[in-house]
Amino acid sequence: MENSVAYEKATELRLGLPGIDEPAVLSSVKNNKRPLHDEKSGENGKSAQNETAPPSKAQIVGWPPVQSYRKNNFQQAKKSESECGGIYVKVSMDGAPYLRKIDLKVYKGYPELLQVLENMFKFTIGEYSEREGYKGSDYEPTYEDKDGDWMLVGDVPWEMFITSCKRLRIMKGSEARGLSCSGV
Amino acid sequence: MQKEMAYSFPDEVLKHVFSFIQSDKDRNAVSLVCKSWYEIERWCRRKVFIGNCYAVSPRMVIRRFPEVRSIELKGKPHFADFNLVPDGWGGYVLQWIAEMAGAYPWLGEIRLKRMVVTDESLELIAKSFKNFKVLVLFSCEGFSTDGLAAIAASCKNLRELDLRESEVDDLSGHWLAQFPETCTSLVSLNISCLGSDEVSFSALERLVDRCPNLRSLQLNRAVTLDKIANILRRAPQLVDFGTGNYAAELQPDVFSNLAGAFSSCKELKSLSGFWDVVPAYLPALYSICPRLTSLNLSYATIQSPDLIKLVSHCPRLQRLLFLIQVLDYVEDSGLEELASSCKDLQELRVFPSDPFGVEPNVSLTEQGLVAVSLGCPKLQSVLYFCRRMSNAALVTIAQNCPNLTRFRLCIIEPKTPDYLTLEPLDAGFGAIVEHCKDLRRLSLSGLLTDHVFEYIGTYGKKLEMLSVAFAGDSDLGLHHVLSGCESLRKLEIRDCPFGDKALLANAAKLETMRSLWMSSCAVSFGACKLLGQKMPKLNVEVIDETEPPDSRPESYPVDKLYIYRSVAGPRFDMPPFVWSMDEAVKILH
Repeated sequence: MENSVAYEKATELRLGLPGIDEPAVLSSVKNNKRPLHDEKSGENGKSAQNETAPPSKAQIVGWPPVQSYRKNNFQQAKKSESECGGIYVKVSMDGAPYLRKIDLKVYKGYPELLQVLENMFKFTIGEYSEREGYKGSDYEPTYEDKDGDWMLVGDVPWEMFITSCKRLRIMKGSEARGLSCSGV
Repeated sequence: MQKEMAYSFPDEVLKHVFSFIQSDKDRNAVSLVCKSWYEIERWCRRKVFIGNCYAVSPRMVIRRFPEVRSIELKGKPHFADFNLVPDGWGGYVLQWIAEMAGAYPWLGEIRLKRMVVTDESLELIAKSFKNFKVLVLFSCEGFSTDGLAAIAASCKNLRELDLRESEVDDLSGHWLAQFPETCTSLVSLNISCLGSDEVSFSALERLVDRCPNLRSLQLNRAVTLDKIANILRRAPQLVDFGTGNYAAELQPDVFSNLAGAFSSCKELKSLSGFWDVVPAYLPALYSICPRLTSLNLSYATIQSPDLIKLVSHCPRLQRLLFLIQVLDYVEDSGLEELASSCKDLQELRVFPSDPFGVEPNVSLTEQGLVAVSLGCPKLQSVLYFCRRMSNAALVTIAQNCPNLTRFRLCIIEPKTPDYLTLEPLDAGFGAIVEHCKDLRRLSLSGLLTDHVFEYIGTYGKKLEMLSVAFAGDSDLGLHHVLSGCESLRKLEIRDCPFGDKALLANAAKLETMRSLWMSSCAVSFGACKLLGQKMPKLNVEVIDETEPPDSRPESYPVDKLYIYRSVAGPRFDMPPFVWSMDEAVKILH
């Protein structure tokens, strides 16, 4: 091809600088100096899944080329949508290798929620009473509320619970008992 | 004999003839004919367009064109839109305003794109130009509502205030009230970029009321649906309208009020806005749909069936921008519907609803674009985001739409091959450049080898702007483009294995272009220095936020490189992370 001959000729006469003959470093996605922000990693137990995921799932700066103006405007839209959607909270259980996520909006009340948790983590929850919490089991379902406090599941009305619950934790053993004894 | 004839025309006659010549290209050609034409032309040039604010200095522009009334300036490189240009890079307009304030007291129009505009600049504009009419701040930043208040208060004959896609600091919502009661001259007002508290609605209503020539109005998101009717009834002469929010609980009286208000706008041809759409309110638009030529639904989170219904009412649509936002229906078929009803379509843009999702959330593929190319023979401009493509589809599109002038395809996952054959998409893009002989702008994506650049260099003779990402194998690719594309003005490249060879071999080409951007490629610091040394008419700037490029070996590649031609020499407002390769500056830096 005439082009490549001309190309070779054109490059023959240039001033050679040391080390220029080979391209020093081939660029690739991984060369980006900005830290690649992987939204899906960093959760306990989900890392196992992420290790097998191909690196391209991480976000590359400026790609895809959607204008930041458009991204910002659209994120706002999406946020309000998800507020109308499900209330997803993480559920952890002491001793379990990974967390789960459930949509609190799906359930009608505490009995349904507790049933689901029992099935999910294969354990039994004791009987709930206002005075003594959950009796008859090593496990107690607790949740972190908007103020950051850990509360016993079941003390407040369901509607109040689903709007204030940030995450769930099924506590085991003495820690659990401590919570129920101290009361709220 | 002919020579005498040329000089026999008095200057006034030539001036009058030249006044009919509006385009910059033609004006530039006129000025090159002979010295006297150059002189006459420069005194009567009223409009100046400067595609790169650093290519020339304000003083030089003022010296050559002493009677300018309208100026347009562009600042940051295009890739700034995608956060590739660090904050503080430059593009400040203040110096320009300051110098023009003294030299052009009759300056009436300022249009800026991707520039940093401070309140001080706006206040200076307000103070300095008594006949100020048009301010367009396209994708600008650095100013607040205080600056806007100064403009509103002082510019008695303001016709156009357009802030599209700019970032404005919200300080007060009352700047709109600064327009004096005597201001009745507004023709165009675009405040769509403003945040929620930045607009006083009552002030807006009063302003609209007293401006009978208002043709174009784009509201911001804070304006709720129930308020739209009020505005429209005050401005039935509107041609171009951008709604604010388009969401509210469905109430029959609000709906009928809105529908009535829309139908009273007999001139309305173009709609945009539509944030947060409630589909039940879309039928309020049906009365004006048959007249619509432009519809921008690119922020509208509505589903395809509603979209299709709306669009099918708009047979005269020439320009359609929309967002494919769906959860569970076939978007390709939505485009097929579009293709069958909008035969006059010239421009199509399809934006991704979930650009960072790994799995496709919608069923939008290359088929949609193929359908549009088949059904809309007037298609000229395409921007299309999708997750898969094939050479066959691209060839079909190229053959169906030989009139394409702008083709930007973004296959979301980098280096995605032809999904049918698993081959690179070289042949497909090759067909595009081969068949679309008037192609001026092209953006590539997908798996591409040096071959695609060979096609581009061979066929892309009218190509002015090329965007390349994650493509090519070697310097040969870049060489094909630089040596073959005769009309190339802007080249932007990221994450490609292009190094020193092609750049140095084609150094002279760079002087014929506006600019070249290369980031995450393989151009060495040494080559940058060499280029800076050998090419005094180029500004070669290395951008590196982590450390100075000379703290590493010369063979080390630079992070980002921006090269542009300039008659102003190296700039003096570079931030610490930008290094000029100009010999003279190196000593001072």
